[in-house]
Amino acid sequence: MMTRQTNILEYLENIWNLYPDKVCYANESEEFTFRQVYISARAIGTFLYKQGHYKKPVVVFMKKHPKTIIAFLGVVYAGDYYVPIDEEMPVHRIELIFKNLLPEAVICDESTKDKIKTFNYDKNVYLYDDLVKTSPDDEVLKKILDRAIDTDPIYVVFTSGSTGVPKGVVACHRSVIDYIESFSEVLGINSSTVFGNQTPLYVDASLKEIYPTLKFGATAYIIPKELFMFPLKLIEFLNEKKINTICWVVPALTMISGLGVFDKVKPEYLHTIAFGSEVFPMKQFLIWRKALPYARFINLYGPTEATGMSCYYIVDREFSENDVIPIGRPFRNTDIILLNEKNQPAKEGEPGEICIRGTSLTLGYYRDFDRTAEVFVQNPLNNLYPELIYRTGDLGKYNERGELIFLSRKDYQIKHMGHRIELGEIEAAIGRMNGIINACCIFDDEKKKIVLFYTGNSPKTDVINYAKEKLPRYMIPHVIEKLEVMPLTTNGKINRLLLKEKYMNRKEEP
Amino acid sequence: MEALLRILEDLHPEVDFETNKSLIDDKILDSFDIITLIAEISEEYDVKIPVDEIVPENFNSAEALYNLIQRLKDEE
Repeated sequence: MMTRQTNILEYLENIWNLYPDKVCYANESEEFTFRQVYISARAIGTFLYKQGHYKKPVVVFMKKHPKTIIAFLGVVYAGDYYVPIDEEMPVHRIELIFKNLLPEAVICDESTKDKIKTFNYDKNVYLYDDLVKTSPDDEVLKKILDRAIDTDPIYVVFTSGSTGVPKGVVACHRSVIDYIESFSEVLGINSSTVFGNQTPLYVDASLKEIYPTLKFGATAYIIPKELFMFPLKLIEFLNEKKINTICWVVPALTMISGLGVFDKVKPEYLHTIAFGSEVFPMKQFLIWRKALPYARFINLYGPTEATGMSCYYIVDREFSENDVIPIGRPFRNTDIILLNEKNQPAKEGEPGEICIRGTSLTLGYYRDFDRTAEVFVQNPLNNLYPELIYRTGDLGKYNERGELIFLSRKDYQIKHMGHRIELGEIEAAIGRMNGIINACCIFDDEKKKIVLFYTGNSPKTDVINYAKEKLPRYMIPHVIEKLEVMPLTTNGKINRLLLKEKYMNRKEEP
Repeated sequence: MEALLRILEDLHPEVDFETNKSLIDDKILDSFDIITLIAEISEEYDVKIPVDEIVPENFNSAEALYNLIQRLKDEE
C-alpha cells in the first residue's frame, strides 16, 4: 500500500528490516548495517527527547564518519533538527554560528570533545558513544513521529554570508523528500547502488548519498579526504569498494583527469557520475568521457536555499572543446523562471536571473527574517495570491535547444573547490585585523586562486596567519598583496574591477 | 632547490619548508596545493610528475619533492 510520506525517517523505518545485515554507511575501515543505523539513531533520539530537547536545533560537531550521519538521524528521531558543523572550522566562526543558533545541545565524538571546550559554550555537550548506549523507547519515538508534520525543519546548514556572518539555511522534511524522490529518479538509484561520498557532511550536498541510501537500501562509502590528494589511491579505493555512483564537485574529478590517472588505472565499476558546484572544463570532461564511454554523466545545479540540487542535464550528445555543458532543466516538481532586469521572463538567448519555484524552496535563514525577505520574494509574475520564489543571484540563459545554461554570478559570490564563498566574508574577516586599513578580494578564474589585496602596516605573514585563524581553509587567500593605496571608484568604493584587471594582465606577462 | 622553496612559500608563507618533514601527515598541504605544485613544478623545472609518483612519500617535505624532481630529470 502506498501511503503519503511526511517524514524522512520513514525511509529508514521501511527499509531496515528488508536489509538488516546489509552495509548502509561505511568508511575505509568501519561498516554500519541498516539494523545498526536504525537502533543507534533511535537510541540517540530517545536520549535527546528525554533530556528535554524537542523541536530545537542540535549541533552535530563530529569528524567526517558514518556515525555523524547516524547522529543526524538520531536528532530527527527526537523531533529536533540537526546542525552539522565542520570540525575543522576556526573557533571564531563557530562562535558566530552559535550566536545565531543558541543551541542547547551539541553532539561530539572523541576527536572533537576537547575542541568544544576551547570556545564560549556552556550548555549540554554529549558524546556520541554515550548516546548510542540508550535503549530506544518505542512508545516515545512513535509519539514524536505521529506529532511531526512535513513542514517541520530537518536541518540547518550554514553558508558563507557577505557581511561576515554565516547564514543558516533551514530545510524541512517536505523539501528533502521532494528532492530525494526526483534526484533518485534521474540518477537511477536502486538497491545495488554503491555511493562513494566526497562532499562534506556539513553541507546539503551530502543529502545525495544519505537519503537515497535509506530509501533504496543502497550502500554509501565515505571516502577518506586524504585520497583526493593521491589519485591512484583514490581509484584503487573506488575499485576495492566496488563504487558505482559518485556525486562529486568538479575539482575532485578534474584532479583525476588532469593528472593522467586514466593512463594507469580506470574505475572498474563506476557507471553514474554526477557533478556540480562549478563548470566542468570541457577538456577535462572529454578525458572522463573517453575513459568511461558507457557511463552516464549528469551535470547538477542548485543552491542550498532550494534544498540540494534544482536542475540536471544528462549528457546525451557529443560536445567539442568550445562547448559548455548545460545545467539543463529543473527536477520534477521544481520550476525555473529566468527574470531579466525588468523582472520579466527572459527571451530565448537573453540572460536572466535564475529564480526557483516549488516545494524544494527551503524555509529561509535561521533567526534572520531580513536577509530571508531579500531573496525569498513574491513571484513578480504573480499578483493574484502569495507565492514565493527564491532569487539565486545566478545568471543563466536558454540555448537554442531550450536547455538552461549557467552564465555567472551577479555579485561577489564564487565557487571554489566546491565551496560557496562570499568574497565579502573574507574581506570582513581580514578587515577586522589590527593594522589593516582596507581589504579587497578578487578571484582569479583562470588559475582558481583567491587573491587578497590590502593596505595597512601588517606584514604579509601576519595577514596569512590571521586568515588561518579566522577563516575555514577553503577561504584562505592563495595570493596576498600589500598595496600602498587602494584604488577607488568614483563612488568611493573599492575598485574591484580595476584590481582584477591589473592582476590578470600582469600575470600574463612573462 | 631555491626555486622550489619559493613555490612552496608562495603557497604557505607561514611554514618553514626547510625543516618541516611532515607536510602531508600534518595536513599542511591539501589537494588544491598538490595540484598547484604539480603545475608550477612542471613550469619551473620542465618535468612532468607522472601520476604514480603522486604519493604521500614524495610530498612530505621540500627535500623529498626536490629529490623526486632530480630523479625525474635524470631519467630523461
